[in-house]
Amino acid sequence: MGAGDAKIEARGFSFYYGKRQALKEINLNVWEHQITALIGPSGCGKSTFLRALNRMNDIIMGARAEGEVLLDSLNIYAPGVDVVELRKRVGMVFQQPNPFPKTIFENVAFGPRVLDLDRQISLDEVVEKSLRSAALWDEVKDVLNKSGLALSGGQQQRLCIARALATEPEVLLMDEPCSALDPQSTLRIEQLMEELKERYTIVIVTHNMQQAARVSDWTGFLLLGDLIEYGRTAELFSRPQDKRTEDYITGRFG
Amino acid sequence: MPAPRESFDRHLHELQDELLVMGSMVEKALERAMEALKNRDLELARQVIADDAKINRKRFDIEEKCIELIVTQQPMASDLRIIIAVLNIIVDLERIADHAEGNAKIAVMIGNEPPLKPLIDLPRMCQKTIDMLKRSLGAFINRDAEAARRICDEDDEVDSLYDQVFRELLTFMAEDSKTITRATRLIWVGHNLERSADRVTNICERVIYVVTGKMEETGVSKY
Amino acid sequence: MPRMSARGTQKLALAGIWGTGAVTLLILLVIIGYVLVQGVSHISWSFLTTAPKGGMSGEGGISTVIVCTLYLLGLTMAIVVPLGVGAAIYLSEYAPDNRLTGLIRYGTEVLAGVPSIVFGLFGFALFVMTLHFSFSILSGALTLACLLLPTLIRASEEALRAVPRSHREAALALGATKWQTVWRVLLPAALPGIATGIILCIGRGVGETACLFVTMGGTSALPTSLFSGGRTLSMHLLHLVLDTNAFEKALATGVVLIVVIGVINAMTNWLSQRFRARMTGGA
Repeated sequence: MGAGDAKIEARGFSFYYGKRQALKEINLNVWEHQITALIGPSGCGKSTFLRALNRMNDIIMGARAEGEVLLDSLNIYAPGVDVVELRKRVGMVFQQPNPFPKTIFENVAFGPRVLDLDRQISLDEVVEKSLRSAALWDEVKDVLNKSGLALSGGQQQRLCIARALATEPEVLLMDEPCSALDPQSTLRIEQLMEELKERYTIVIVTHNMQQAARVSDWTGFLLLGDLIEYGRTAELFSRPQDKRTEDYITGRFG
Repeated sequence: MPAPRESFDRHLHELQDELLVMGSMVEKALERAMEALKNRDLELARQVIADDAKINRKRFDIEEKCIELIVTQQPMASDLRIIIAVLNIIVDLERIADHAEGNAKIAVMIGNEPPLKPLIDLPRMCQKTIDMLKRSLGAFINRDAEAARRICDEDDEVDSLYDQVFRELLTFMAEDSKTITRATRLIWVGHNLERSADRVTNICERVIYVVTGKMEETGVSKY
Repeated sequence: MPRMSARGTQKLALAGIWGTGAVTLLILLVIIGYVLVQGVSHISWSFLTTAPKGGMSGEGGISTVIVCTLYLLGLTMAIVVPLGVGAAIYLSEYAPDNRLTGLIRYGTEVLAGVPSIVFGLFGFALFVMTLHFSFSILSGALTLACLLLPTLIRASEEALRAVPRSHREAALALGATKWQTVWRVLLPAALPGIATGIILCIGRGVGETACLFVTMGGTSALPTSLFSGGRTLSMHLLHLVLDTNAFEKALATGVVLIVVIGVINAMTNWLSQRFRARMTGGA
């Protein structure tokens, strides 16, 4: 099954916020150089699972993980794992575009700076490469000293993507990256994701089923912390195996 | 509070109703064409030929409606399969109607010539085909894949009846060369009915597709 | 009385709001205007460059007073700013959400409202007497620092909390440690708010009189070290009004005071804007 190697493997992964169990023994493979979408109704745990992949949940009080998440066969929840190193390899883009109140250049250079990468490589090169990868270079190459906040919504989100790519991650996590954007910007970013998957592995959480169907190669449906179904996108959307999946994607949920 | 997708469900039901309407139009065409043949009713035959235009229009109306539903509702999963199935079934129905029209045209061509023999097997084939058609559409509405598979098996009966008709008419032609024109025309009627029954098995395959999500080949050719 | 229409209420409210704005502006103009107009004529170069000579007629100028004020402010800010901003960072970013933290916050808020003379007494008892610093700029600065700390902590904490949570998340997701996030993202973003807090503190500190009399002594001599006593502009103004009949010199001192505060405010704002513009590229 699958296409190539599993970049990320969740094995019996459970997650708790205090007493509440948000994820119930998830088993899921994220295949390399593919786009995996996570769908499900509000509160089903898809954002929780996404954030577990770069341990962003660590900052929440009372959060606890059980089971394993393997990145290239190494458990990221093993004791002694360097979280900073993990987040260099697994980048994240958020729902609301949130560039820092800094110049465009400084935004993209932030990651390499804090990770001390600017000793080995030239920041100018990294910034240009990342902005090119995010399809933003041509629009901003002459105004790198402008504030990141002066860009339009779609441009800001591409800036955030460039910022995440500047640390040369292997995996890119995207938490509803287009939900705050207009349709044109959304389609541009979807196109960008197609291009990016050649070099990165992408996991996206989305409320928009048409987007999940358009953009992803694999889709997982979560409900109340359980992974109900996981398979190739075209299959899952044309002939889902589980009735709950069927009800959700045909909108007859609730 | 209305159920989610209540209006879409209503549209889907209307679509399926329209399909049943078209189905009964086609059944009637088959039946009346055969009656025209049996009773030398040229008036009825011409009526069937004229009514074929209505069936074609119905097919395009249904197709329009399917496209509209796809574009406005973005159907997924079984909703999508239903609409795709309808799109395919109306093609099969329209072809069956063409075969019925063909039979009506033969009725007109035969006109008032003396009959070769009383028609027995051909009306039986027609009755069987109409029955299969009616039940296949019923299986579609009820999403009954088992019923659909059974109907597919019954195609063999129609094929055997056709073989019988064929052999019988061959004998006629062999004995008396003056009967060749009339016999050939009757063979063609049988051919139309046999093809119609094959079309019904296509419809049944679509029913199975809606239920299971897979296209299955039914019926193994005996050749 | 007939019920007023929505339009009528709107007009009334608008008039009221304009009215309060006008009154506030008027009060401000009257106070500052009076002092400026009345006092400016008594300012001269000699006034600014000679030391006060004391006595009933308030002879002399305010040179040493100006110097002392600047020393005091400088030292106070050097103590208060690192402590205040540091405490604000702790409370906003590091402190766990428990009762102890709540207690600290509550204490800070209470202290912010305590009258300054109480701080003066505390400063006298601790710095002047017990630690033997005696009347000195050091005692004054330490006392002022205690007085101003709660205000700066509150203002800085507000400014830090106003930075959207998403910036913290974004920084962490890029591999920054918590401290890197604070130093490189939060502090620069919160700078305007912190600057406002500093200005508030300076304003309050410079205006203190009684609190400083009991810790700095009030000598008009030029301060030579941290342990010299001294007198600030506000203290001198009070002395002139209470102990002499040189009212016009008091007004003149008031003018200098207003100018000094104005200049410090403007500089703080300007520095903050410059820093911001460099970091953010002018957004």
